[in-house]
Amino acid sequence: MGGLLSGAWIDHTVNGLIVGNIYALLAVGLALIFGVSHLINFAHGSVYMVGAYIGWACFRLLDAPLPVTLLAVAGGCALLGVAIERIGLRPLAGSARIAPLLATIGIGLVLDQLAQLAFTPDPRALPSPLPDWRIQIGGGTIGALDLLIAGVGVGSAALLYGFLRFTKLGWAVRATALDRDAAQQCGVDVNAVNRAVYAIASALGGVSGLLVGMYYNAIDPYMGFQAGLKGIVAQLIGGMGNVPGAIAGSLLLGLTESYGIALFGTSYRNLFAFVVMVLVLALRPNGLFSRARQTPPEPLTGTFVAPSRPVRIPGWLLWALGIAAAALPLAVQNAYVLQTLGNAWLYAVLALSLTLVAGTVGQISLGHAGLLAIGGYASALLALDAKLPVALAVPAAGVVTAVLGTLLVSPAFRLRGHYVSVATLGIGEIVALVILNWESVTRGPIGVVGIPPLSAFGTPLLSAPWVYWIPLAAVALVAQVQARLLGSHLGRTLRAIREDEVAARAYGVGLDRYKGLAFGVAGFAAGIAGALMAHVYSYINHETFHAPISVLALTMVILGGLGNVAGAILGAVALVGLPELFRAAAEYRMLIYGVTLLLLIRFRPQGLLGTV
Amino acid sequence: MTRTLLDVRGLTRRFGGLTAVDLIDLTIAAGELVSVIGPNGAGKTTLFNLVTGHDAPDAGAVHLDGDAVTGLAPERLAAKGLARTFQHGRVFANLSVLDNVLVGAHTRLRAVRPQGWGPLAELALALIRPRAVRDEEAALRAEALEILALFGERLLPRRDQPAHSLSYANRRRLEIARALALRPRLLLLDEPTAGMNPTETAEMLEIIRALKARGLTVLLIEHKLDLVMQLSDRVLVMDHGKRIAEGAPADVARDPAVVEAYLGHGEVGRAATSHLEAAQ
Repeated sequence: MGGLLSGAWIDHTVNGLIVGNIYALLAVGLALIFGVSHLINFAHGSVYMVGAYIGWACFRLLDAPLPVTLLAVAGGCALLGVAIERIGLRPLAGSARIAPLLATIGIGLVLDQLAQLAFTPDPRALPSPLPDWRIQIGGGTIGALDLLIAGVGVGSAALLYGFLRFTKLGWAVRATALDRDAAQQCGVDVNAVNRAVYAIASALGGVSGLLVGMYYNAIDPYMGFQAGLKGIVAQLIGGMGNVPGAIAGSLLLGLTESYGIALFGTSYRNLFAFVVMVLVLALRPNGLFSRARQTPPEPLTGTFVAPSRPVRIPGWLLWALGIAAAALPLAVQNAYVLQTLGNAWLYAVLALSLTLVAGTVGQISLGHAGLLAIGGYASALLALDAKLPVALAVPAAGVVTAVLGTLLVSPAFRLRGHYVSVATLGIGEIVALVILNWESVTRGPIGVVGIPPLSAFGTPLLSAPWVYWIPLAAVALVAQVQARLLGSHLGRTLRAIREDEVAARAYGVGLDRYKGLAFGVAGFAAGIAGALMAHVYSYINHETFHAPISVLALTMVILGGLGNVAGAILGAVALVGLPELFRAAAEYRMLIYGVTLLLLIRFRPQGLLGTV
Repeated sequence: MTRTLLDVRGLTRRFGGLTAVDLIDLTIAAGELVSVIGPNGAGKTTLFNLVTGHDAPDAGAVHLDGDAVTGLAPERLAAKGLARTFQHGRVFANLSVLDNVLVGAHTRLRAVRPQGWGPLAELALALIRPRAVRDEEAALRAEALEILALFGERLLPRRDQPAHSLSYANRRRLEIARALALRPRLLLLDEPTAGMNPTETAEMLEIIRALKARGLTVLLIEHKLDLVMQLSDRVLVMDHGKRIAEGAPADVARDPAVVEAYLGHGEVGRAATSHLEAAQ
C-alpha cells in the first residue's frame, strides 16, 4: 500500500514519539536549569548515563523490581544533580561568565571517565524486565516498553506541571526563572531553587537514561554525550528555558530522526539532529515557538574572561626557549621522547588556533576537533588521491580548512555566549558524521590507510627528529603570525568583540567580517595541525579526531591563559607531553584532563600565564 | 537655515502591548545640541537605539544628512559618522584605556582597511604592516592621546590600565573619548553624567560645552536638568513614548504638561517649576 498509513510508517511514527519522549525527559530538565541559571548544562548527558548504570546495578546486582529501580535511579541521579550544583557550580557564582559552562563540560568529562574506569568502556546489556508482548495497531505494533516510556513521559510532565503550578517551591522556581534578582529580594531562597531544579532535572535525566538502556538493551559510558546533545537540540528547537517548548521540540526531533532514518538509513540519525540545530540557531535562535524579532536571552553577563595581568615573557627568553627546543633532538636521542614532544607540538598548533577564537574573540568553540578532521582528511586525500606532494598537500589542507571551517561556523557568527559553544559542538559532530557517511570520498568507517609520511623534495622524513622538528616549525610559524596579528589593529578589534559585541558594532566593527577572519586564521592553523597529524599517524578514521579532543584543546588553552600565545604552547606541552613522559596510564589521561579543567576554572581561571 | 543633519519622522517601536516610542519626530541641525528628557521609562533610550541601529523601528524613517538610514546595522551607521555612548557604560573591560579609544577610531582606518578590499587584504596588511599602515597607527595613537588629554588628568595617566580598573565616572569619560575618536558627525550621549557627583558633573558640562563650541552636533539624554537647561539649543520631552513638548529650554520648562509628566502634581510640581526656572 505504501503511503503514510502503512504499517512501517506507523512503526516509524511510534518510534519517533517514543524517542521524542526520551529526549523530552532530558530537554525538560535542561530547560528548567537554563530557566533558573541561564546555563546550558553540558553535564546533563553524563547524569543520564549514570542513571542507566544505576539501573543496571539495580537489575543485575540487586535483582530489584522495575518500580524500585525507577525510584533508585531517580533518587540517585537527583543526589548527583544536587552535588553537581553544590560542589561544581555554586562556588562559581560571580566568576567570569564562561566559567559555569566550562565547569559543566569538565564535570561531564569526569563522570564519563569515572564510569569508564568503573565499568570498562565496553557496552553492557540492560534487558528490560517487562513482558515481551506487542499490541497490533493498524499495520504497526506497540510494545510494553513503549507504553512504559510514554507513561513515564506523560506522568513526569504532569507531576512537573503540578509542582510548578501548585507548590510554593514551584512558584519560587518560576519566579527565579523570570527574574532572579527580584525573586531573591522577595525572599526566595535561590540556592534552594537551584538545588530543587538540579535534583528534578537530574532525576528525569537519569530515568531517561534507564529507559533508553532498556529500549536498546545496551548501555555504555559514552552514551550520555550524544543524548545530552540531543536534549540541548530539542530545547533549542523549543526555545531555551521554555519547558512546554522543550517537550514539543523533543517530539519534533524524535519524529524527524525516525522518518529520516526510514528514508536515508541509520548512520544518518545524528546528522538530522545537528543540521536541524544549526538551522534553528541560524534562522530562529529563540526557537520555533517564540515571536519573531526578539533578541535572544543573554546567557549571563559580566566580564567574559577573568581579568588578569598576563605574565610578560621577555623576548630573549622566548628566543632561548625556542633555540633550546630546536636543539633538543641533538641532545636527546630517545625516539619515544621526541615523538611524544612532536605530538605535543601538533597539539600546540591546535591550541594556538583555539586560543585565537576562544580567547581573543571569546567564541568558545567546542568543535575544534572538526577542524582537525577537515585538515587531516584534506591533506591525506590530496596526497593519496590527487597525488599532491605532501609538502603542498599540508598547506593546501590549511587553506581548505580555513575556507570550509569558516563557512561551517558562519551560522554561529550571530550567536553569543553558550549558543556559540552549542553550535560549534554540533558543527564538529556534523563534520564527523559527514566523514563517516560520505564513503565515496572519505572511505567511510574504514578510514584512510597508508597516508604518505611527511616528506620534502621527494625524500620521506620519517626519523624521530623530523617528526619533532616539522611540528615545532609549524608551532613557531603559527605563533609568530598570531603574535603579529594580536599586535596589529586586529588584536584590539577582535578583543573588543569578545568584551562587548554591541559596543564593538556601535564603533563600526562588523561581526561577520572579523569573526570570519579569526576563524579563517584559526582554521588554517588547525588544518595544518590536522594535516601533519594525518601524515605522522599514517592512518586516520572518523574517530581519530573525536569530540574529547575539542575539550582537551580547550583545557590546554585555559591552562595557559585564554588568548595567550605562549600559554597555549605551554598548555599543550603540559597536557600532552607531561602525562606521556611520566607514563601516566593512558586510561586515566582524560580523567586527569577533566579534573585539571575543573580545578583551573575554580582556582585559577586566568591560567598559568594570564588571559590577554 | 542651517543644514539638517538628523531627521526622524514618525518613529515607532512597540514591545508587545507597549508602545515604547510612539510617532516621534525630531530634527537636528548641524552644530545644534538637542536634549531628550523625560521620566524613567519614557522611551528615550529606545529612541536612541532606533536611531543608532541597535533596534529596528516598526514604523517611521530616519535620515542622516539626507541619506535614508532607517534600520541600518549599527556598524554601517558608525561608518556614516554616528557615535554613541551607552546608558550603563559599555567600555571594553579587558582592553587598555588607550585601546578602547583606538577601537573608537576603527571606522577611520584607511591604510590597513583599503576601501573596496576584502578582509583578506586587511589581514595581509595587518601582518605585513607596510609603512603607510604603521604611520596611520602612530597618527591615531597620537590623536587618541590628545583626546584623552581633553579629560585632564582623569584618563591620561591610566592609559595603559585595563578599563575594568577605572572608576565608574572614568568609564563614562572613556566612553565619550572613544566616541570622539570616531570623529562623529553626530554624537549621541546617553546620560553622560549618570552616577557622577556635582563636581564631576560640572566638569562634564564644561567638556560637552567645549565639544559644542567646536561645532559638534549632539543629541543628549540627561536627567540632570541644570545641565540640560545650560547646554541645550532645544529640548524634546517624552513621556510614555510620546512627544509631549518640544522647544527652547525656557519654554519647555514652563510647559504645564512637562511639569506634570516629569515632576508630578501639586506642591511638588510648583516647587519644581520654580527650580526649573531658576536653573536657566
